[in-house]
Amino acid sequence: MSKKLLLEIVTPDRKVLSQDVDYVGAPGALGEFGVLPNHIPFLSALGIGNLYYKDAGKTHYVFVSGGFAEVSPDKVTILAEAAEMATDIDLERARKAQERAQQRLARAQDKIDHARAQAALRRSLARLSCRNSGDKAGTC
Amino acid sequence: MASLRDVKTKIGAIKKTKQITKAMNMVASAKLRNAQSRIERFKPYAQKFFEMLGDLAAGADESVHPLLAKREEKKTVGIVLVTSDRGLCGSFNVNLIKAGLKLAKEKQAQGLNVKFYCVGKKGRDAVRKAEYEILVQYRDVMNSFDFTLASKLGQELINSFLDATLDEVVLVYGEFISMARQVPVVQSILPISGEQAAEVKSSGKEYVYEPSVEGLLAELLPRFIKVQVYRGMLDTSASEHAARMSAMNNATRACDDMTNALTLLYNKTRQASITRDLMDIVGGAEALKG
Repeated sequence: MSKKLLLEIVTPDRKVLSQDVDYVGAPGALGEFGVLPNHIPFLSALGIGNLYYKDAGKTHYVFVSGGFAEVSPDKVTILAEAAEMATDIDLERARKAQERAQQRLARAQDKIDHARAQAALRRSLARLSCRNSGDKAGTC
Repeated sequence: MASLRDVKTKIGAIKKTKQITKAMNMVASAKLRNAQSRIERFKPYAQKFFEMLGDLAAGADESVHPLLAKREEKKTVGIVLVTSDRGLCGSFNVNLIKAGLKLAKEKQAQGLNVKFYCVGKKGRDAVRKAEYEILVQYRDVMNSFDFTLASKLGQELINSFLDATLDEVVLVYGEFISMARQVPVVQSILPISGEQAAEVKSSGKEYVYEPSVEGLLAELLPRFIKVQVYRGMLDTSASEHAARMSAMNNATRACDDMTNALTLLYNKTRQASITRDLMDIVGGAEALKG
């Protein structure tokens, strides 16, 4: 059982991660899915949320938003508009973003503003929970 | 003939100019390195993205998504003109603007309305002068932009296309080929043509899709526009700095040439005046003797 998966996370601005891992859990558009080595080829849209991977018995968390996952038997590629390792998440900033989003949500008049504020809120909440999970797992 | 002092001031002025152009050259080369590394970092994403799209688009036709649909009756065309914010980079902006305005004229000749989206101040100024309508403009952004900006602009393009404000969108940007070559590129981005999407060969793998192929395309296609806009902006930025570097290099060299020529003139003038003074003295002495 030494077979591993190569997990690659890329965003337009940089390559966030490229590492061999044992297991990947990702927030698919239709719900979370898990990937072990030798998965069938699989292509999915990702929602806003936390991706996690297990390596050497430890669980690491990564925040992703607006992306896609391409799974092949020995590799998982994540294309995301934004991705941050839990350790890189700025808690202070995320909290402020959450407050801003909530205020805007309360004020939002039309549909588009409302949808935008809601997306911003979801992103900030996902960032916070990502960091928290990372802290709990002791990988931050 | 110019007086000695005039020539001396001129030499001083040119030397100062040379210092400035040299400094600008160095700044541009640092920025160019930065811009190039951003292109490098964007490459893996773009490549993967095109692969994925290629896999999906292989089986898709026009009816699958509204962004793929060609309109029978075209009324308005949007031109996205990406230029730099600052001048002093040779003919770089001029070439881009020329390409943009030429396209606008052609489209007008076909009886279409032309509306501009301007990224970068230089392009905006020129378009305004030519009296075309500018829908959206971003200025002073070329120094520090990221994917968010491309994403915003892309979304606006998509919205205008979907509510039929625009029937076609063309992107004009400066492609970075090498240090010495930057070429204006005119690229049609909306509607997305099937061939364009399928240009990248599919890897031939059979995938399980989630959600459906259509659902995934609906997510991928808008992002395809954003990716193209972003690439245009990255390329323009790198091209701008490369163009400025070579322009400043030329300017520095021209300064050297001028200083050399003027120094020669200075020495000649000085020599001439010494000779003249000597002649005067000798002539005066002769006259006294006589």
